[in-house]
Formats: sequence, C-alpha cells, structure tokens
Amino acid sequence: MTPDERPVPEPTPETERFWEAASEGTFLLKLCDNCGLRFFYPRAHCPDCFSDSVRWVESDGIGTVYSYSHTKRDPQLQHWPDRFFPIVVAFVELAEGPKVLSRIVDCDPEDVEIGMEVEVEFENWGDSGRVVPVFTPAER
Amino acid sequence: MSSKEPVYIAGAFEHPTREAPDKSQKQLHAEVARGALDDAGLTKDDVDGYLTTGVPVTEPALEPLVMADYLGLDPTFTDSSDIGGAAFISHVAHAASAIRDDRCDIALITLGARMKTRQEEITKDEWKFHHEFEWPNAATTLLLYAMAAKRHMYEHGTTSEQLAEIRVAASHHAQYNEHALYQDPVSVEDVVESPTIAEPLHLLDCCVVTDGGGALLVVSEDVKQRIDRECVEVLGHGESIFHLDGGRMDITRTGATNSGKRAYEEAGVGPEDVDYASIYDSFTITVLETIEDLGFCEKGNGGEFVEDGSLKAPDGDLPFNTDGGGLASNHPGRGGMTKIIEAVRQLRGEANPEVQVPDARIALAHGTGGYLSTRHGSSTLILGSDNR
Repeated sequence: MTPDERPVPEPTPETERFWEAASEGTFLLKLCDNCGLRFFYPRAHCPDCFSDSVRWVESDGIGTVYSYSHTKRDPQLQHWPDRFFPIVVAFVELAEGPKVLSRIVDCDPEDVEIGMEVEVEFENWGDSGRVVPVFTPAER
Repeated sequence: MSSKEPVYIAGAFEHPTREAPDKSQKQLHAEVARGALDDAGLTKDDVDGYLTTGVPVTEPALEPLVMADYLGLDPTFTDSSDIGGAAFISHVAHAASAIRDDRCDIALITLGARMKTRQEEITKDEWKFHHEFEWPNAATTLLLYAMAAKRHMYEHGTTSEQLAEIRVAASHHAQYNEHALYQDPVSVEDVVESPTIAEPLHLLDCCVVTDGGGALLVVSEDVKQRIDRECVEVLGHGESIFHLDGGRMDITRTGATNSGKRAYEEAGVGPEDVDYASIYDSFTITVLETIEDLGFCEKGNGGEFVEDGSLKAPDGDLPFNTDGGGLASNHPGRGGMTKIIEAVRQLRGEANPEVQVPDARIALAHGTGGYLSTRHGSSTLILGSDNR
C-alpha cells in the first residue's frame, strides 16, 4: 500500500480561518462589502473591485457540478495512496455563486454528470490534522 | 500595418534530440544558441540581448544571471518573464520592443529542457507551488485540461472523435519529420480507442514529453541588412492571462480571445489572412479552444472546423503544426519555442516539402502556458515572410 504522503495544504495568514472552519464542519466564502461579490478562493481583498472590506461568510455548501474529470492514476499524483483512486476532480458551482475546485467522493465516477446536485462534506486527513472540504451527491 | 520600426527573426534552431540523458540542461541551451547563431551567420559576441526562462527547476530563478555566466554573454537587455508554455512567444515580442527602444540589436532567446529525463524525479515539494486550494484536490495538469474538454463537450456538443482529428492531423505531419518522437500516422479510431487517461481525454489526446529545446535570434533592421539570411518579420503580438476570476471563470474560453485580437490589430491582418498556424497543443482540447478564440471559426464550432482534414498541410483551410507539434514531435517543457521555429520554417519555405504551405506569407504562432480551467498565459505572435 502506498503510504499517504500527499502534500498537506499549508495555510497562510489569509487562509488560516478557512481551514479552521473546515475542521469545524463549515465551508467559508469571502463576501465583499463594497461590491457584494462572494468569491473563492479566499483572500484579503476583492478580486473584482479590489476593496479590502471583505469578510468571511458561511456557505450552505450546496451546488451543482460545473465540470469534472476522473482518472485511475496520474503521474503527478504519485504521493496519493491507491485507495483514493479512481479520483474525481470537479468544479462545483455553489448556490452562492463562485465555482470551487474540489473532488466528488462516495460516488461512482461513471455516475457523475455536469449539472448534478452536490453538497459539501469534510474529509479528515488523519495525522496531518487537516480537514479538506469535498463534495458528495446531494441527499434527495 | 504598424508604423513601428521593423524587427526580424534572423535565426531559428530546434534541437534534434528528444532524450538527452548525457547532457546537462545548460548544455542544451548552449547547443541551441550555437544552432541559431549559425543559422543567422552571427556569433556569440554579436549578442547584446538575452532572454530565457525555465532554467533552474528547483532554485530561485536568477535565470539570466546563471545563463549569461554559463554562456559567456554580456547583454545590455535581459528578460526572464515566465507565463509557462507561452513564455517564449512573449519573449520575441519583448525582444522586439527592446530593439525598438535601442536597448539591444541582437537578442538571443534560448530554451533547453530535460522534461523526459527528469520525469521520474519529480518530488512532492516541486508541486507545492500549486495552489493550496487546488493541490489537495488533485488538480493535476491532466485533470484540469480534461475538465475544460468535458465542459466544452457539454456546452457545444464537441465529440472525442472531433478532438481526435487534431491528433490525426499532427501525426500526419510528423511522418515527414525525421526528428519527431512519434512518426507513425494515426486514425481517429486509434485515438479514441487509446486508453482514457483523464475522462474524456485519451492517451493520444496528450502531448509527448521530451528533452530538447530551441533558440531564436531577434534582430533590428540594421542587422538584417548586413547578414546573408532570409529573415521573418515580427508583425504583431498580444498576450493575456485568464484565471479563476474569484470563481466566475468560463473554462471553455482561453486568453487567446484577447491575445489574438491584439496581435491581429498590431499586424493589421485577420484570421482569414493566416496561411499557416502553430497552435499550442499540450492537449487536443487546447488546440480546439484556441482555434475558436483566435477567430478561425465561431465559438463552439471548433469540433466541426477540425473535421475533414482542415488542419492538414498543405491543402487544409488552416494548416497547423506541420512539424507534428507537441502532440507527435516535441514538447520540451515550455513549447512555445518550437511553435515559433516551425512558423519561421514555413515562412522561409524550409518546412518539410510534403507539408510546406505554398507561398506562405503570414504565419501565426500561439502559446498557452499553465493550465486551462484555473490560470493560463496566452501569447499570440504574427509573423510575415520577407517576400510578402
């Protein structure tokens, strides 16, 4: 079995709060108080109007698949253990607006389709202590 | 046509190697520099401008310092701007601007890479530059381009068979290139029946990975007048960066939308004037989206456009990548270099005879660096033959 040597997300002062919230089961977006844009990935300014009056807001974590792909193996994922494959990568278009790069888990890759409703789930990365948001097909 | 002082490409050389385990990366730079200098009939001491990027893979950059020292250059102008595979296409334009501003007269641009030889040595630390919100989600090169293809298929009905046509045309050209990594022609069936690497992309939708490189010499009008070599004129250029835009991106579009427009405007030509196009081909989808965004067909119609051999030289509507391109011949990392070199060959009438476009006067070379779906640099260069 391949040991789990995946590169762990390394938070910066701009993103620490995001990862803390994820470990508490909350997916955070940034909201710009100046222009109203909800954006992802989080940063200390609005990428549209460049205001620094931005704050964290909770996302409902509900969205649809904007695009996806899956692979059984990829040389750039040599540090990912076998149990993660086939791996499904997706852009999820959140109900709040932004498209978020993530993964779809607990779903046969062949069942994933564009437009499918998904909801956030939190994947615990064991010893690293990091919790990474991923998505699963929405409960109907 | 622009009233700017004319600037030319006077030397172009592609390294014939595709695997060079016995050579250092810097050595490849030196060999291609010699090749381009010999092509133009110039010497190293003539060079007063130097541009490169992608040299030390694991150190802080300082690339012009490292390479000027190694090559023994004394440049008065240097540039190492890096927008990935599109970088060297931008370097030609940056060199042209420097020449017009009298910062240099003869600019050398070099690429040397050991993508093939180093492939097995990639450590996880090297991928840390990938975004903290992307790498933990396995956002690899393959998967990011595959997602662009998936969305294009969803919005426009593009098919795997249509993407395959792009590889078929590239391989058709590669059979005449003695240096191409893969010289066997392939069929649409061969492509769609090759293993699926990342849904919906098949193995033959992906570019090759090679060692190698290339070099160019960009020169002033004065230099052109005193050398005995057919030159190619730099007519126009545009560059652009497309990114996530806070999560509002459209992954079926590329920066070619903007870079192409600027390049056409500066050159005073349109897509209908282009006799030959080198289109960056990291994957077949890269070509398809780029062809649309450069205005060779309506957005979304790229699939229909590439059917029926329209990309095949010499008689197709848009002969492309006549060396076999990155899909079949050569992709030494930042592949924009080889895109320019084949465009120069076409305009000089020095492409392989079976794929030489008759009377090629206007050529376009386009680079796409980085990643469709997240962030990429686009650079479009328009070149003209000396006998236009």
